[in-house]
Amino acid sequence: MSAVLPYSIAAAALVALGLFGLVVQAAVLRKILAFNLLGGGVFLLFGVVARRGAGAGATADPVPQAIVITGLVVAFAATALAVVLALRMHQITGAATIAEAAEDGFPDK
Amino acid sequence: MGGLVDWLLAALVLGAAAWTLAAPTGFAAVVGFVGFGLLVTLAWVRLGAVDVALTEAAIGAGATGVILLMAVVRLRGGAEEVSAATPGRAVMVAAGLLAGGVGLALALAVLALPDPAPGLAAAAMARRGELGLGNPVAAVLMGYRGLDTLLESVVLVFAVLAVWSMAPDRRWGGIPGPRFPRQEAGPLALLARLLLPIGLVIGIHVAWVGAEAPGGKFQGGTILAAMWVLAWVAGLVQPPAIASQAVRLALVAGPLAFLLAGFAGMALGEGFLAWPPGLAKPMILLVEAAMTLSVAAALALLVAGPPERAA
Repeated sequence: MSAVLPYSIAAAALVALGLFGLVVQAAVLRKILAFNLLGGGVFLLFGVVARRGAGAGATADPVPQAIVITGLVVAFAATALAVVLALRMHQITGAATIAEAAEDGFPDK
Repeated sequence: MGGLVDWLLAALVLGAAAWTLAAPTGFAAVVGFVGFGLLVTLAWVRLGAVDVALTEAAIGAGATGVILLMAVVRLRGGAEEVSAATPGRAVMVAAGLLAGGVGLALALAVLALPDPAPGLAAAAMARRGELGLGNPVAAVLMGYRGLDTLLESVVLVFAVLAVWSMAPDRRWGGIPGPRFPRQEAGPLALLARLLLPIGLVIGIHVAWVGAEAPGGKFQGGTILAAMWVLAWVAGLVQPPAIASQAVRLALVAGPLAFLLAGFAGMALGEGFLAWPPGLAKPMILLVEAAMTLSVAAALALLVAGPPERAA
């Protein structure tokens, strides 16, 4: 039980860090990074639950492990899509943020 | 002294995450994120989830790191725009309070989990033999949660389609990504020639042993995709045009085999995705082989991006 305590706290703190970065950072790429940190925290929570459910010869409960593997692949696909959307937006508008553009094409203060 | 190692590792994970957020440049942030992914991989090993650790190293740190690095080079500039759009102190404090509250609530919730923890470990270990698989995680992925895995394999196809559809109309059917000059000397040229055969063997091995030991189609497929990306970046191969039938077939082979096996379950077994007794192991191996090919193709195509030049 004590072995999962550091990771429980790290997972919760990761979600907090990711959420903070997602709200506060302006650049789209930084938002994508922050979102991945948030996701990493959520996955680590699954890891804590899996470790707590270890037993019957398994070092960790296989069901949460399988769900995290699925989640990691989907998170990668979502990240790839987000990155391409950001690149396409940059290509068309030259913008690196999603701040609302003013009439002159520059983002509002 | 396991406790000290775990506390240290947890602190390093958080430190890398904080660096990813606070890094002065986008490039430094992405490098921090890759380091974060590798530290989280170690955390997964410490948590006894080696299957997840392999996936995290291959996909979470590796593949995600590559697409972010390729993007950061193209998203240069805009420092003024970014600082203009960065929220003021009041929003920062509000966001900090929100994030801190969510983190605190999560931490309290995790600490309040029931002890002993309920779980499905015993059931998963006891019933993995019915599918002829020794690795309980693989048995859960293909059996108990087979529908999730099928849908996930379809998600990868849709992700590739979505990435392709970002191309301007006139580029549809063309060749994705930038063209890299052929490297004849230097570390990249050497690495692309030395690592490629070894990486291919390791990728197929990891996919194959997934039935009995940690590994599987996603981890193995990612390693295969990484080898192709290495050869591409070194200028040894060019991405195929997205209009190519072979590419499209490789992309959908896995989900198609999975679906067919699912329908075979309706004819031979108890229902959709129910593996018929006796035939379970060979059918799963066929589906896994097709999935390895499709995962490798999908990941490589996601890294390559939308088509940028005519075929």
